[in-house]
Amino acid sequence: MAMLEVKDLNVYYGMIHAIKGASFEVEQGEVVALIGANGAGKTTILHTVTGLLHAKTGSVQFEGCELTHTPAHRIVSLGMSHVPEGRRVFSNLSVYENLMMGAYTRSNKSEITASLDLVYERFPRLKERRGQLAGTLSGGEQQMLAMGRALMSKPKILLMDEPSMGLSPLFVSEIFKIIEEVSAQGVTVLLVEQNAKKALSIADRAYVLETGRIVMSGPAKALMADDAIKAAYLGE
Amino acid sequence: MAFLNNLISGISLGSVYAIIALGYTMVYGIAKMLNFAHGDVIMIGAYVSFCATSYLELSPLLSIVLAAAVCTALGVVIERLAYKPLREAASLAVLITAIGVSYFLQNAALLLWTANPKSFSSVVGAGSVSLFEGGLIISHVTLATVAACIIIMIALTLFTGRTKMGTAMRAVSEDKGAAQLMGINVNTTISVTFAIGSALAAVAGVLLCSAYPLLVPTTGSMPGIKAFTAAVFGGIGSIPGALLGGLMLGVIEIMSRAYVSMQLSDAIVFAVLIVVLLVKPDGLLGQRRNEKV
Repeated sequence: MAMLEVKDLNVYYGMIHAIKGASFEVEQGEVVALIGANGAGKTTILHTVTGLLHAKTGSVQFEGCELTHTPAHRIVSLGMSHVPEGRRVFSNLSVYENLMMGAYTRSNKSEITASLDLVYERFPRLKERRGQLAGTLSGGEQQMLAMGRALMSKPKILLMDEPSMGLSPLFVSEIFKIIEEVSAQGVTVLLVEQNAKKALSIADRAYVLETGRIVMSGPAKALMADDAIKAAYLGE
Repeated sequence: MAFLNNLISGISLGSVYAIIALGYTMVYGIAKMLNFAHGDVIMIGAYVSFCATSYLELSPLLSIVLAAAVCTALGVVIERLAYKPLREAASLAVLITAIGVSYFLQNAALLLWTANPKSFSSVVGAGSVSLFEGGLIISHVTLATVAACIIIMIALTLFTGRTKMGTAMRAVSEDKGAAQLMGINVNTTISVTFAIGSALAAVAGVLLCSAYPLLVPTTGSMPGIKAFTAAVFGGIGSIPGALLGGLMLGVIEIMSRAYVSMQLSDAIVFAVLIVVLLVKPDGLLGQRRNEKV
């Protein structure tokens, strides 16, 4: 059984049928990319998985545990951490306080400190700026903070929503390098991206989403070689 | 010397406004709603303290603790029953509900305690300190009020700034969705906010009635509106703003009563609010909120 199994998901915004029967799965240790154009429903799917939105029908199962009606604040303690689109760091909280909010559900102080040290080691810039308000950081630094904050919960799976959005190419490469490092340390990754080329370059497998439906799936390498994908998403 | 006496009365009244304004500002900061029933929680607090001292013959300090406990429970229950079902509703619906709760509390008090004014006896006694050979008289109530205000401010600043729950509250006030992703239960946070605000309202009610001893079911409504004004004045959502707004409002009110006109003092208070909001729409210490799409 896959670590994360999404089956026949239907999500509505009022009358609008945003996700039309999407199914996908993520195996332990994989990097899975969900690619698609703006408005295809990628963020909606992630929000449904982590309980910020609720599906009308269909199911979300994580490690065999039914999440479909679980409220969002219960999700993180199950081992699933969501780095939301647009980073959404708490701009009036310091970098340190943001990171501690990431560890909100954990209580063992020495373990939290150990995680904090790991995050500071991975993102030295966050350590330099730990006392600074998060709102004063640059976009790239905020993305690092959002990732660091998510890692503070010691997740089994990391859900990343458009980590490249609004970042300079240099930062995009750095962020993707970090995603690969995190994955190498055994964290499963579900990556939602408009930047299909970058996403496919680090993913094991990928799903292509078009107007609420999954229209294609397969190993990332195969999708990268596919003519239709090349034309629609890779700009070749 | 008269000026100094007036200034001290203003600071004392302003301290009460500040304590009440904290309730408005914290609830607004977290739940993004204006709890217009807050003023009536003050009145309930004062009645509970009154009953505790007159009928149960409890000590004044114990009566404050009892009033705070009752109001804390009341605030949490009001939030659960009246506001929580409207979490996703339009803000106008919540506002009207809050006004409804306000009338409900006033009429419940009318039933329980009748419209006959109760004469509230000061919880700190009627004594006073006189300085400069009687030129400057500071009552014990004034001292207690200002001291309570300072202690509450320091405690709240430490709570929101240094504790995990306080930090979580600031996180919720900024972004509920992201806060939930951290594992923060937004409903619990909102309940805690109502609990703190209502406990403070009880303290404010007791202090207010110790200084102005006539207690009727509408006792809370005018100070409630004034404190709301103070919160907006200082910048709603800001804790130091509530302090600054409350103190300024109290001083302006007493000064205009003393030097301009008894009748016009409230008009002057609200005129100053209008001017401040024209110049600084977010209040004195308010932050410009950038609504994210």
